[in-house]
Amino acid sequence: MEPAKIVEHAGGVIGASWLMIALPLLGAAILLLGGRRTDRWGHLLGVAMSLASFVVAVVTFFELIGLPGGERRRAVGLFEFIPGLVDMGLLIDPLSISFALLITGVGSLIHIYSIGYMSHDPGRRRFFSYLNLFVAAMLLLVLSHNYVGLYIGWEGVGLASYLLIGFWQYKPSAATAAQKAFIVNRVGDFGLAIGIFTIWTTFGSVTFQGVFESTLKPEQGVLTAIGLLLLLGACGKSAQVPLQSWLLDAMEGPTPVSALIHAATMVTAGVYLVVRSGAVFFPEGSTAALFAAIVGTVTLLAGAIIGMAKDDIKKGLAGSTMSQIGYMMLGAAFGPVGYAFAIGHLITHGFFKANLFLGAGSVMHAMNDEVNMRRYGALRKALPVTFYTFLIGYLAIIGFPLLSGYFTKDGIIETVIHHNEVLGWLAVLGAGLTGFYMSRMVFMTFFGEKRWADDAHPHESPAVMTIPLVLLSIGSIFLGGYLVLGGRFMTFLGPAVGMPEGGVPAFHPFTVPGLATLALVAVGAAIAWLRYGRVPVPVTAPRGSFLTTFARRDLYGDALNESLFMRPGQWLTRIAVFFDNRGVDGLVNGLAAGIGGTSGRLRRVQTGFARSYALSILFGAAVVAGALLLVGNL
Amino acid sequence: MPWLPILIAAPVLGAVGVAALPKGSDKAAKQLALAVSLVVLALTLAMAFQFPLESGKRFAFEQTYSWIPSFGVHFGVGVDGIALVMIALSAVLVPIVILASWHDADGTGAENPPKRSVKTYFSLLLVLEAMMIGVFAATDVFLFYVFFEAMLIPMYFMIGSYGGAQRSYAAVKFLLYSLFGGLLMLVAVIALYVTAGKNTFMFPELIGAVTDPGVQKWLFLGFFIAFAIKAPLWPFHTWLPDAAAQAPAGAAVLLVGVLDKVGTYGMLRLCLELFPQAAKDFTPLVIILSVIGIVYGAIVAIGQTDMKRLIAYTSISHFGFIAMGVFAMTSNAQAGATLYMVNHGFSTGALFLIAGFLIYRRGSARIDDYGGVQKIAPVLAGAFLVSGLSGLALPGLSSFVSEFMVLIGTYQRDEVLFVTSAIIGTSGVILAAIYILWMYKRVANGPTAESVSGMKDLNVREKLVIAPLLVLIIGLGFYPKPVLDVINPAVQHTLTSVGVQDQPPVAGVGQADEKGAGN
Repeated sequence: MEPAKIVEHAGGVIGASWLMIALPLLGAAILLLGGRRTDRWGHLLGVAMSLASFVVAVVTFFELIGLPGGERRRAVGLFEFIPGLVDMGLLIDPLSISFALLITGVGSLIHIYSIGYMSHDPGRRRFFSYLNLFVAAMLLLVLSHNYVGLYIGWEGVGLASYLLIGFWQYKPSAATAAQKAFIVNRVGDFGLAIGIFTIWTTFGSVTFQGVFESTLKPEQGVLTAIGLLLLLGACGKSAQVPLQSWLLDAMEGPTPVSALIHAATMVTAGVYLVVRSGAVFFPEGSTAALFAAIVGTVTLLAGAIIGMAKDDIKKGLAGSTMSQIGYMMLGAAFGPVGYAFAIGHLITHGFFKANLFLGAGSVMHAMNDEVNMRRYGALRKALPVTFYTFLIGYLAIIGFPLLSGYFTKDGIIETVIHHNEVLGWLAVLGAGLTGFYMSRMVFMTFFGEKRWADDAHPHESPAVMTIPLVLLSIGSIFLGGYLVLGGRFMTFLGPAVGMPEGGVPAFHPFTVPGLATLALVAVGAAIAWLRYGRVPVPVTAPRGSFLTTFARRDLYGDALNESLFMRPGQWLTRIAVFFDNRGVDGLVNGLAAGIGGTSGRLRRVQTGFARSYALSILFGAAVVAGALLLVGNL
Repeated sequence: MPWLPILIAAPVLGAVGVAALPKGSDKAAKQLALAVSLVVLALTLAMAFQFPLESGKRFAFEQTYSWIPSFGVHFGVGVDGIALVMIALSAVLVPIVILASWHDADGTGAENPPKRSVKTYFSLLLVLEAMMIGVFAATDVFLFYVFFEAMLIPMYFMIGSYGGAQRSYAAVKFLLYSLFGGLLMLVAVIALYVTAGKNTFMFPELIGAVTDPGVQKWLFLGFFIAFAIKAPLWPFHTWLPDAAAQAPAGAAVLLVGVLDKVGTYGMLRLCLELFPQAAKDFTPLVIILSVIGIVYGAIVAIGQTDMKRLIAYTSISHFGFIAMGVFAMTSNAQAGATLYMVNHGFSTGALFLIAGFLIYRRGSARIDDYGGVQKIAPVLAGAFLVSGLSGLALPGLSSFVSEFMVLIGTYQRDEVLFVTSAIIGTSGVILAAIYILWMYKRVANGPTAESVSGMKDLNVREKLVIAPLLVLIIGLGFYPKPVLDVINPAVQHTLTSVGVQDQPPVAGVGQADEKGAGN
């Protein structure tokens, strides 16, 4: 079944849905312009704006589901942006409102958590202003009814990410990581921008309505080209191979940032783009969709392999995020069923990964910001709430039966195997790796013997931090089942992304791939227990095999970038600067000196300027006279 | 009301008034100059509000006085939307520059040369303002030429007398380049007069007057080279980094923000409309020079060690975008190029001014002499970052709109040259991120350098200088429509004169004036 038609909408809460974006934007503006005057209550305003935006999203959601299924795609016009080229407006439909709820809901929990996490930081007010800015930009990205608005939000979240990765910018590593994230993302944005140009020249419109409901039948080659360009953009924002390298460094940001931006929301924007554009640019079986699937598979394995070797708890989780987004990207390549599972996994992942990151943050908070898991151990007693909520997030991500991740990840794997056995079984393998690296993380952190630094006195975090953890872990338990069972989410999403031809496929708990996945996860967890649970973990990392080194060095992604782009780029820059100073300028200076009749370089003509001025005039007069003669002969 | 003659006369009178103040009244000179520039701004805004958006007439507020009757030279002024926004840009920047330059001529700044007269400096600024308004308002080609050349003189003295250590070299280089271009243009102006045979220099009457393609080519080149040096386009650019780096920050703002735009403005107004056939013939060449400029300027900018030189090279890259937009000859690209001239004035203006604040405090323009400024001067660093982000065309800030329009307007010409150029041009977004963020990182991030540890944050005057620019950058970033509504009809006139029409992006979808947005 085709997606529903988009209809204009005015009035009601949907008509006022721009408030979702405006409120956090206002919060950011007040906090940034108000400066230190707002230090005392800035964090409260930030939380309030995020919660207010959540309330608008919830009310909008209920108004939307009050409409009949086929009328749940409402375009809200706002203002003329570039006359004759781009109008600003929002598209409220099941897909965008799902994102809006995730962004403002999980976003608000992370705002609240940050009150506690950042309580000792002198820049807390600035931190909340950036978080608000992020929420506003992310909502613009997913709510915009056209590609240019999406692009504005897209770069807006990039800016927020830059500011937040570099929040502790006085640390050179943080400043460098922030810069790297922005620049690598711009490589993706380059693709996205050209994709948008091509969309406009192909369809004569940049609105989703103008493109998706166009009666034109462009050539397949053009559609494929657009799909690949959009995919390049998606790879940048979603840290997919080959533009993955920035995400691990992005862990330099405060941990709530990693939870919100670099796990739950921003990095999933690429999946949103692919699903949003899916029907036209990534239809099932198209070349562009195949590329998306390959990118997803490569990344889900690469991320998992990186996650297996990291001792830094945040970097381990970052590898895991790459890997999980790889699953989503893979799922998004396989039509409406794939979209529903991809977005479903995106939402459940938003909960359990935010849960895990905030849990990691709680551990770091207790351990003087130590991130090395080799210095953890036996923390389950000291941090009981953190432990149990982390455990739930862990079980959800490895796909423990009946928890959230089980339903959505399994859905992706089943869908993919149905269409493409090779990629599908690789996804099963990835699940096994997930079982290993996540179990390793839990054993190293919460079990075994204490390997704490001498000055570590772990204590459970305050309620303002643990309550969000509890709420997120509730979502990590139940959300997946709620969404998937009975095809609830697929039916809901149908008007936005289309419904599968044969109706909603029933959920089968005991399939070969499903059981194989569970078995591999169990094997992975068992190996992790043998190596990190049963035996003591050495405080210094053993040298490890060639493969371990390979994984620790992020599969040599940085080394590759450095030798392929950075060094040649540096040489090119040096040569260009040299050429500009000596070549172009030297030539011109020589010429000028010759004309002026002065010996040597003009640099020395400090006192002789009147003479050269006079000579120039003389020269000019000669030219004029000559030209007049010439023209007279024409 | 003769708006334009008043707008030109007011700053001249102000300049005379400032110069006539008794010795030692430096403060009064500054205050008077600021007051005059604010009056000019108010008059400009009053005029802009009366500007008819849809009159069908080519120029508004036309005034024509005979000047040299024997040669048909007129003091003819009038504005269309393009000229209006350029005049507005000048009128906005001058008071900001005056306020920003408050102490630049005093010699209290660490890097400043021995003193020259303070009141002369502010008097020169006002003279320059009159010239800038005049050059955009001129509807007589000869008058345009006169202003074009006369602009050099105040700028020459501002660089040569009030600039940095290498000011003489930079000023002479600036002058020689500009004179060379100006003389070529003079030749072309005279030749235009002769070949047109209409016994007039009035621009509207000269449109279509030169028909011979061979003559058009030569005349086009005469004007174009002058403008390419002015703008400057690659490879005529080498004077700009020296001049901008040596000029006092305020003068650099006007040099790069407004004076250089006379080059791209001249291409759009004179080269295209007077010599349409030649313009089309030379389009491939100009587009290629532009694209080289975009990439080359950006790469060389990355390698700079001096803040002001870096900003100058980014401008060379941006002028490439503007020239590309002018010669892509679609309404999107040309409107984008015009808007780019305005936006670039604001964003680069803000960057130069903030660089000036930094240099004033630290006494060095070398990027490596800074570090960790964010920690001790957060407002200064924040303003620096926002201006920089506008320089890298971040969506939501004004430069994005113009860059987007130029690129999509070039890309829409369904020919290999244009599509390829637009794609290469788009790669500029990556390079821009590198040069801006790397500069920002070295200046503002990392541990606070010893040498900047006592640095003060922006004071009230400096905040007043930078705030209007940031408001404009952000405001026009989200809502560029008011400016585009002024520009668009003028661009349509230009395209009609040149005899090109937009191809609808898709056969059967949309027309030139309603390109199917929102359907």
